[in-house]
Amino acid sequence: MIELSQVSKVFNPGRHNAFTALHGIDLSIKTGGVTVFKGPSGSGKTTLLSVIGCMARPTTGRIFLDGTEITGLPERFATLTRRQTFGFIFQNYNLIRGLTVLENTMIPAYPTGRNYQEIRQRALELLEKLKIESKVPMKVEHLSGGEQQRTAIARALINDPAVVIADEPTAHLDTELSMELLEIVNDLKNEGKTILVASHDPLIFESTAVDRVVSLRDGKMIDQETPR
Amino acid sequence: MKWLDRQRCLMDFTLSCVWRRKGKNLGFLLVYTLIIFVVCSVIFFSNALRRQADAVLHDAPEMIVQKMMAGRQELMPLAHQEDIASIRGVRSVEPRVWGYYFHPATQTNYTLIGRKDFRHGDDAVEVGQGVLRTWGAVQEDKLYFRMVDGKALDLKIAATFSAATDLVSADLIMMSQATFRRLTGMPDQFATDFSVRVRNPQECTTIAEKITGIVPGARPILREEIVRTYSALFNWRSGYMIVILSAAILAFCISAWDKATGLSAEEKAEIGILKGVGWGTSDILGMKFWEGMTVSLAAFFAGVIGAYIHVFFFSAPFFEHALKGWSILYPSFRLRPEVNLFELAVLFFLTVVPYTFITIIPIWRVSVTDPDLVMRQG
Repeated sequence: MIELSQVSKVFNPGRHNAFTALHGIDLSIKTGGVTVFKGPSGSGKTTLLSVIGCMARPTTGRIFLDGTEITGLPERFATLTRRQTFGFIFQNYNLIRGLTVLENTMIPAYPTGRNYQEIRQRALELLEKLKIESKVPMKVEHLSGGEQQRTAIARALINDPAVVIADEPTAHLDTELSMELLEIVNDLKNEGKTILVASHDPLIFESTAVDRVVSLRDGKMIDQETPR
Repeated sequence: MKWLDRQRCLMDFTLSCVWRRKGKNLGFLLVYTLIIFVVCSVIFFSNALRRQADAVLHDAPEMIVQKMMAGRQELMPLAHQEDIASIRGVRSVEPRVWGYYFHPATQTNYTLIGRKDFRHGDDAVEVGQGVLRTWGAVQEDKLYFRMVDGKALDLKIAATFSAATDLVSADLIMMSQATFRRLTGMPDQFATDFSVRVRNPQECTTIAEKITGIVPGARPILREEIVRTYSALFNWRSGYMIVILSAAILAFCISAWDKATGLSAEEKAEIGILKGVGWGTSDILGMKFWEGMTVSLAAFFAGVIGAYIHVFFFSAPFFEHALKGWSILYPSFRLRPEVNLFELAVLFFLTVVPYTFITIIPIWRVSVTDPDLVMRQG
């Protein structure tokens, strides 16, 4: 369970270019299921995901993860929480060029202290599951958009996180690849993972795989709905 | 165990990162290695020479006594031999007969020594390897000299000194004292200087003072002074080499500073990605630490091993002329391998450690920024 209480985020506070990205968000997200944050560009979707995923601290308000407050954690613990609890799929994949699919997939597990062979085995299993095992030795810059997306998903899952956060995951995908992504999301949901997606793609927020849609505009929550 | 596994993973990732920019990193590594190689070669070479000189001087007499007049060295009258020998504490006084011979054909100066107990007779000489190399036309094993009165003198080469003694014997021509006097015109009642051996080296200074009282214009030169002069000479020459190299070292430092401090946009983005996927500041610093260590350790060991081979296997052909001295006649000899660990440690701390740290500092600045920046890239 993720709970947000009166969460606000101000960038450059106290300066002439101060900008409030989130205004007093109150939100409760149950474990399991797919929640989509929809809204136009600049509505605060990405900031909200960053704050939930311990990537940025809220300016005010409190965030609880399974009853434990994670709002003001020191950097070390915030990193630990981010690594153990969340898996991230970024809008432009953010894979590291020059490294292979396998190496990119293994990256989040390196600081965990797990055995190298164990990490490698887990990465290979994930890549096989996502049907890109044949691309394992390839450098990521030589992959198609869909393959890069799958590599990014494998990377997000390497530490077996309870929550997967995806920011505009279909921004660079055509309809067919977007549908494939939704299938993967559905599989993850069936495995019991909590999936948080920021998207303004109707294909996503109108999907049957989605359990809840939260609408944002100008940093405020304006609507919540449960599609079906 | 967990810590070890973590370090192994970070190391593996670091090596992948270094390898994917192999052109840039190998070029940098080459320059880095070259600098270490040259500095280390200078250190090895000048130390080996200094040790060789120490070894040679170890058996030298405790004191040499010269005679000076108007600030110039002049011949020592043999009459003073008894005066010096009578000083309490003096074990022996040996007149030495030596000088230089300039050979106009090769424009080279050779060292001549005349020995009382020369075993090959008055018509022969014993020469160093360098003399054979440089004298020019050596026919029928004879050297042709021009005596002080202008007449020719040909002397048979009866023997040569072994190459192992080349450091001191390369330019040496040894002959009987009679031949030496005939060649140079040195009168029989004089010697070039005296070598004085004393019973207790602690008394050298006192004996030297007594000698200056007995022999007018005497200049006693203590063995310790010679050792000090050699040491200063080698230090000065290696310093001279280092000064010449300083431009290259400075250029390297600028390049290292630029490489280490100027993070490219790509590197910054990558650090953002690593933070975003769950790496902490310490993990990123750890990775960069391994990267700095890998590059600088590789350069250090390659440079040190290269310098060792260069100096002790090939006698430092790249700069032996500068370090051995300015001469036409260079001794050729193989130096005895010996490494001063303290100096290597100093070199290590002056190269590997600073490079590793200047690699980390800019990364630290970037790695403490909020990871959410990665969410906004693209």
